[in-house]
Amino acid sequence: MAAKKNTYSKETYIKWYEEMLLMRRFEEKAAQLYGQQKIRGFCHLYIGQEAVVAGTMSALKKEDRIITAYRDHAHALACGISADAVMAELYGKATGCSKGKGGSMHMFSKEHHFFGGHGIVGGQIPLGAGIAFADKYRGDKQVTVCYMGDGAVRQGALHETFNMAMLWKLPVIFVCENNGYAMGTSVERTTNVLDIYKLGLAYDMPSKAVDGMQPQTVHESIAEAADRARNNEGPTFLEIRTYRYRGHSMSDPAKYRTKEEVEEYKSKDPIEIIKAIILKERYSTEAELDAIEANIESTVNKSVEFAENSPWPEASDIYADVYVENDYPYITE
Amino acid sequence: MRTIQFREALREALNEEMRKDERVFLIGEEVAEYNGAYKVSQGMLEEFGEKRVIDTPIAELGFAGIAVGAAMNGLRPVCEFMTFNFSLVAIDQVINAAAKMLSMSGGQFGCPMVFRGPTGSAGQLGAQHSQNFENWYANTPGLKVVVPSNPYDAKGLLKAAIRDENPVIFMESEQMYGDKGEVPEEEYIIPLGVADIKRVGHSVTIVSFGKIMKVALTAADELAKEGIEAEVIDLRTVRPIDYNTIIESVKKTNRLVVVEEAWPLASISSEIAYMVQKNAFDYLDAPVKRVTCLDVPLGYAPVFVETYLPSVKKVIDAVNSVMYKNK
Ligand SMILES: Cc1ncc(C[n+]2csc(CCOP(=O)(O)OP(=O)(O)O)c2C)c(N)n1
Ligand SMILES: [Mg+2]
Repeated sequence: MAAKKNTYSKETYIKWYEEMLLMRRFEEKAAQLYGQQKIRGFCHLYIGQEAVVAGTMSALKKEDRIITAYRDHAHALACGISADAVMAELYGKATGCSKGKGGSMHMFSKEHHFFGGHGIVGGQIPLGAGIAFADKYRGDKQVTVCYMGDGAVRQGALHETFNMAMLWKLPVIFVCENNGYAMGTSVERTTNVLDIYKLGLAYDMPSKAVDGMQPQTVHESIAEAADRARNNEGPTFLEIRTYRYRGHSMSDPAKYRTKEEVEEYKSKDPIEIIKAIILKERYSTEAELDAIEANIESTVNKSVEFAENSPWPEASDIYADVYVENDYPYITE
Repeated sequence: MRTIQFREALREALNEEMRKDERVFLIGEEVAEYNGAYKVSQGMLEEFGEKRVIDTPIAELGFAGIAVGAAMNGLRPVCEFMTFNFSLVAIDQVINAAAKMLSMSGGQFGCPMVFRGPTGSAGQLGAQHSQNFENWYANTPGLKVVVPSNPYDAKGLLKAAIRDENPVIFMESEQMYGDKGEVPEEEYIIPLGVADIKRVGHSVTIVSFGKIMKVALTAADELAKEGIEAEVIDLRTVRPIDYNTIIESVKKTNRLVVVEEAWPLASISSEIAYMVQKNAFDYLDAPVKRVTCLDVPLGYAPVFVETYLPSVKKVIDAVNSVMYKNK
């Protein structure tokens, strides 16, 4: 699908550029900090996939809902959670967006309608439909975007959820971020149906494949799906084709793919593409883009400072928020 | 004797049983081409081919059920869960199918198979990746549940599990795969359901299993410096539980501390405390104590991990308490 050039305003291009660059620089910093053991546990980077989230967010309204899996830093940032709160969560500090309870995989922000990063593959698929169910139940007009990986579509929960979401015309957009691999397993090795979007067709769900290496195409498909959802016409399934440059998590050497394959995708890097358009159309000068870059670098550095200087949770916080009551009788011996 | 890693001990057990019995195969996520998420099955695809070392999509319910069906029809699957946290997606097939097939069919269809993978916490992995379901599975009649604590036991127990005619849950730990221990070259089998006294003592009995045995044994060493000689029992199997070994030990030491990495309610330690008060009440000089993880989901921050888990200090405190040596 070729991008329709110039359909979008100068502001949109610049916003995409800023947003994607923030995701990229933020995660490059996170990778460094992981190396220094400031960030621990499982940490999955989104680098390479930025256009998917950027193109989604520009097509949505502020109150729309987002839910995704554990590869969630970019989604959290794009929902408007501050770099400070995301970085502090990566550190496990009390000032993190999940108060240090979640870490990399479990960013949340009710304020920003971000229903979280979820760790059980596919677990968020029914949840996304349920969030949409609640909006429809109340007669609200919000749309839910429920992200999943290409590995997650192999979970039975997808099929049960797709059927009910169609049956009940839920205002949800299911987005499969097909980055080609689930850990070390390529899509080809898990199915005969290489076009993942076709899974939706079994339920008569409007479904299609979308180029995910540029925000324009993503925006377009999400806008169309969101209209449908807001008009009570039910769910959409979008297979957005993208690529992760890094390994599955910090411990994956990614030996299951070739250097050439990675280089090929890097040569159509979404940030570079948008930058080229901005310069070509003279939406900004090189100097202005440099200023944006400097600004982002400072945001990222400040987030590290914020995280460093933030307090740890107290040991006693381990009992906080397990139940709503704060006098719940825990077993303590 | 030679020393090998825990993961190598498991691999040897798998390799030996697969060489011996054509019906045994390994199925799970990343077990073949990736050589296992934790490298347990390194080299197995090469030796046995893709017919017997089978990569699956991320479809636990489906592939666990396929393994159960294959077991009903004469094969002996080893079904790997990348971790037991993900076995919850498949638990219907384990509990509703595998565990009761023999009984439901009046003895006609057994499920000789193994479900294996790591259990428990492994650092700062957050609430969904840090859970112990040993007692969940042990609660279910029809299953056997094995939780080895060192490479030697792991190999002998896994071979027994693969040969067992019943479905066996076999629970390992990400934090043990790199542990080294002595494992003989010669073949051996460790029968399921038999506990092992890892340290002989007379002052107090400490019962544990799996990864947390390390904590129990370290605590026992510390206690020995103060003249307290703990007897440390490694259950090795939590269904069936070798109650006899525990009770005989308690009759000697008159004091019991149970240590496990699981939530406290209705856990293996509650079960043991019940059986011991029932069968050795008159021998107890103090109420049974236990050390479990805290009664909460495990959060990400380091302080939560530290606070949550059984520690050497917590075990020593519990022992001092049953010895009425509170300081
Ligand atoms: C039910 C379940 N099974 C296995 C895992 C382990 N696991 C974590 S991520 C992952 C791969 C998922 O790949 P995909 O859905 O394509 O998402 P991506 O990582 O590419 O974003 C696996 C197997 C898990 N978290 N949950
Ligand atoms: Mg993927």
